[in-house]
This record gives sequence, C-alpha cells and structure tokens, in this order.
Amino acid sequence: MTTSELTLPAAKATKVKRRRVMGAGKQLHAGPVTYVVLTIFALVSLAPLVWTAIAASRTDRRLAQTPPPLWFGGNLFKNMQAAWDQAGLGTAMFNSVIVAGTITVSTVLFATLAGFAFAKLRFRFSGLLLLLTIGTMMIPPQLAVVPLYLWMSNFGWSNQLQTVILPSLVTAFGTFFMRQYLVQALPSELIEAARVDGASSIRIVWHVVFPAARPAMAVLGLLTFVFAWNDFLWPIIALNQQNPTVQVALNSLGTGYVPDQAVIMAGALLGTLPLLIAFLLFGKQIVGGIMQGAIKG
Amino acid sequence: MTSSKQALAHPASSAEAAPGTPPGAARGAHGRGTPAGTDSWRSRLYRWDMKASPYAFVAPFFVLFGAFTLVPLLYTAWYSLHNVQLSALDHQTWAGLDNYRNLLSSDFFWNALKNTFTIGLISTVPQLLAALGLAHLLNYRLRGSTVWRVVMLTPYATSVAAATLVFTLLYSWDGGMINWILHFVGVDPVNWRESDWGSQFAVSSIVIWRWTGYNALIYLAAMQAIPTDLYESAALDGANRWQQFRHVTIPQLRPTILFTIVVSTIGATQLFGEVLLFGGVSGSKGGSEHQYQTLGLYMYDQGWIIGNLGKASAIAWSMFLILLIVAAVNLLLTRRLRKSQ
Repeated sequence: MTTSELTLPAAKATKVKRRRVMGAGKQLHAGPVTYVVLTIFALVSLAPLVWTAIAASRTDRRLAQTPPPLWFGGNLFKNMQAAWDQAGLGTAMFNSVIVAGTITVSTVLFATLAGFAFAKLRFRFSGLLLLLTIGTMMIPPQLAVVPLYLWMSNFGWSNQLQTVILPSLVTAFGTFFMRQYLVQALPSELIEAARVDGASSIRIVWHVVFPAARPAMAVLGLLTFVFAWNDFLWPIIALNQQNPTVQVALNSLGTGYVPDQAVIMAGALLGTLPLLIAFLLFGKQIVGGIMQGAIKG
Repeated sequence: MTSSKQALAHPASSAEAAPGTPPGAARGAHGRGTPAGTDSWRSRLYRWDMKASPYAFVAPFFVLFGAFTLVPLLYTAWYSLHNVQLSALDHQTWAGLDNYRNLLSSDFFWNALKNTFTIGLISTVPQLLAALGLAHLLNYRLRGSTVWRVVMLTPYATSVAAATLVFTLLYSWDGGMINWILHFVGVDPVNWRESDWGSQFAVSSIVIWRWTGYNALIYLAAMQAIPTDLYESAALDGANRWQQFRHVTIPQLRPTILFTIVVSTIGATQLFGEVLLFGGVSGSKGGSEHQYQTLGLYMYDQGWIIGNLGKASAIAWSMFLILLIVAAVNLLLTRRLRKSQ
C-alpha cells in the first residue's frame, strides 16, 4: 500500500484529500504539528536517561555546582569501574541474570502449559480456576512478603538467591496471556488431528502447542525478564549488599552506601543498560506484546 | 469462526474415526488380529491421558501460584491478628484486632493513607490524560512508527530504583537540573525533598515518566481496534476531528480507560520504591515530616525498620481491602456501562 502510494503521487494526493474529508482518524497522515509534539514526548522520555550518562561521566563535585553539566565529561569509565567494585554491581549483574533468567524460563514454560489447558482442553473446574487466576492477577506483593520472610528465616535462606526466585516462578498474568493467545492462534482441529493419529498429550504439547505458541512465548519471556530484572520490594527484604541483585545494589547506592553522586549515576546507568540493549534489539516485539496483551486483556 | 472450521473439518476426520474416539479403539474395531488385552490397555491409557493431562498441565502453575501467592495472602491475614516481632520470630502471640485498632488510632497510618491517595491522584490523572493524547498522535500514519513507539516505552525499561536515583539528583535543591531550568522562568529554587506538595509532585513525576508510554500503547491498541466506518459515518454527519475524538474514540475506548484506571490505581496503592529511594538516607520515613510516606512505605517501615511484622501484616491487609473496594466499584461501573450501551 505504501509503495503504490509512493509511485503514484497523484493518486496519493487525491486519496489523502478524500481521507481528510472523511476524517477517518486511523489512516490520517501525521502533520508537522504531530511530529513536533511527538518529538517533545520523545525528548522527555529519553532526556533523563541521556542525562544519567552525562552525570555518570562527571565528578561528584561538578554535579553539585550550578549550572548542571549538559555535556559529557571524561570520567565515565572510572565511575563505572567504581560502581562495579564498590557497589558490588558485578556480583549484582551476575545474580540478576540468574534470577531473571530462571524466572523467565519457568514462567514461560508453566504459563504455556496452563494456558494451553485453559484454552483448548476440557476439565472440571476449568472455568472456576481461570476465574481465580484472573481475579488474583493484581494482588500486590505486599500481601506475601511477611509470610515469605518468616519462611525464609525458618529455612535459614536469607541472602540466598532461591528466596527471590521461588516466589516469582509463575505469574497469573503469564497464564492468562498465553491462554488468550492460544484460544485463537491454535486451531482445535490441529489437536484433533494429532489425537486421531494417536499422539499422547505430551507429544501434542511438544509438536503442536509449542510451535504454535512460540511468538507469544517470546513476547511473554521478554516482558517477564523486564519485570523480574526490575523487581524491587521482595529482593530488598530478602537480600542485602552481601549478595545483591541489581536493584538491591542500586538501593544500597541510594541509601548512602556510596556517597558519590557520579558513581551512583554510573551504577544506575549500568543497571539499566542490559534492558536498554534488550529494548534496542527486541523493542518491536515488546511493543507488540504490550499492545497484544491490551486488546485481549 | 472456529466452529465453522470445525464443522468443515469434521466430515474428513469422521470418515476414519469420530473425533475424540481413542485411536486404539478405532484400530481394534478393524484389526481383529491384535489381542484384545493390549487394545483395551491402550484405550484405557488414552482415556486416562485425556482426563489427567489437563490437570497435569495446570498443576505446576497452581502449585507454585498457590504456595507463593494465595497461601501467603491468608497467612498475612493470620499474622495481622498476631503479635509478631522481627526480633523474636518464634514468639507469636494472639492479638485479636489489636494491630488494626492500633492502625486506626495512629496518625501515621492516616497520613500514609492520605499521601497514597494524593500521590495516586496526581500521578494517575495526568499520566492517563497524557497517554491518551500520545496514543492519538501515535495512531496517525507516521514515518518510523515502530521507532516512536519504542522510544516512548524506554522509561518502562528503567527500573524504579534507577529512575528514582536519577530523578532525585535532577530534583536536588542546590544545583539540580529542574531548579536550574525553573530559574529561567523566574521561579525560586524549590526544596523538592522537604516541601509538602513539592515532594509529592516530584515522586508523582517519576511514576508519570515511567508509565505514560506504556499506557499510551495500551490505548493505541484499543484505538486501532475501532472500526473505521464509525469515523466515516461520523464525518458524514459533519463531525470535525475533535468531535470525532470526543464522540467516537472516547466512548469506544471506555472499557480500556476503565482498565487502565484500575491498573494504575493498584499500582498507586502499592507505591513503594519511588518514595523509599527519594527519601535517600531518611529512607522509610518518607521525608522529615513523613510528607511522602505511602502505605507501601509505612508497611516496610513498621515491619522491617521498627520490626513489628504483625502490624505490617495489618497494613498489607488494609491495602488489600482498599483494592477490593476499588474492584467492587469497577465492577459496578462496568455493569452500568454495559447496560447503557
């Protein structure tokens, strides 16, 4: 559609004109004002991150002076090194990769299995169980942390990674997300055909469900990883600076563990970098996933 | 659509075996040579597989979800009726409703409730309005539409902790970027951390920054699902673009708007990381006058700084009750909405 419009400028002009008259909001081309306003939004979105890098490349003393620095200085790597060593960001990154990675794999796997059962299989109480899943989707983490803390103390698990991994291995959102996707993306006759061929349920999951669910699994994986990487409340209760995740290390930075503002900014930048890279690589998929979840949710 | 597809598929498959019939049984009917014992064993296995596998597939999810979400929810209620101290975890004594009574008579609880409400309001309303406007712009046919969307979502990639550390520096009284920008328009330096409304505004701005793009994408998805002919008939009736937005887009978006209001309200009720880190070293107090101590922060303060886990549980359950009320109001509104349509 776009290419035909490009090759036929005359047709394009009349088309646009007609649309302007019709005013069908959806197809309207953006005018200059739209681009200006969008640019302002984009600047507001990006400026704090860019300024984090600027501040991280300066010195603590320079950051206390007016006017604040507007361009990069020469201390970026020195400050990053300091954040890496003093705030334990090295350990923190390693821990966060393990925690978020495990949570992502398990959430996607179990959500796909449960989502498939809810979408395509008949079993007793399925309606009730699905309702329970949806109804409890939004329970705040605050309602779990006191018992979790007491159990953790009982097991002598404080400061160990499994304490932050175990409670997050599944999410109600994930299961609901996969169910909504599979309801329409997985044709029932495909399952029927596999059954007629004598395939067991496990074979059907492996050869029919997983291939059909792959795009949604990828998106859920990305969303889960972002969520797990940024999770805050339970990790700062369960872990401390001895064995932190990235967010725990950033919390220590913010509460005066290292008093150098430039180093703190370097830490914030380092802790965000993995997700920024992920957004750079998979931004389209993440955007698509959020929009997909929105329509169906 | 699915049913018609199934209807088409049926004749073909029923020629061999009715759908749902065990393959073993079908084969058994024709192949007389095979011993009946294996056949019935296979068909029994098949039937067992059909019956049990759905439960096997939902079991991992429900076991983990139950153990780490539903059971703790109930345990929190149980602990809220007990005296549980961080210093003596094994000595839990029955306290009845003492923790709740204690809360209701505590100024700090009401203060936290009030702060949660005001910060929730000044973070949610501008955020959703901006998201609605942004979604409208993103809905135009744009050059590089994906790039625009990803850019608007980058704040979402920034964790609460990282974002708050940066904003705290931007908002610093002396030499902070925001006060420096404000001095150009003749505004005296604002003490964002100490002042009442200043600190609440600053905290809200972090929430707004992180979530506007995300909500815009949700609105955008809903806008793209609005049938074009609605706009065309509105245009034929002579509605201009603003009127179309007002009388077509907004009513069509109403369920989505309600959804985002609920999600944002839930987020606002549990607001924690932003206010904890904005306080810097003072941390869980939420400022020298508790001016931005939210319920989430108050719970953390009472539970892990003061060390009263029973009271913390009671605060958690009050948050849950507030959310239940929100859910009930939402349900009522949705019903009314459906009736009016």
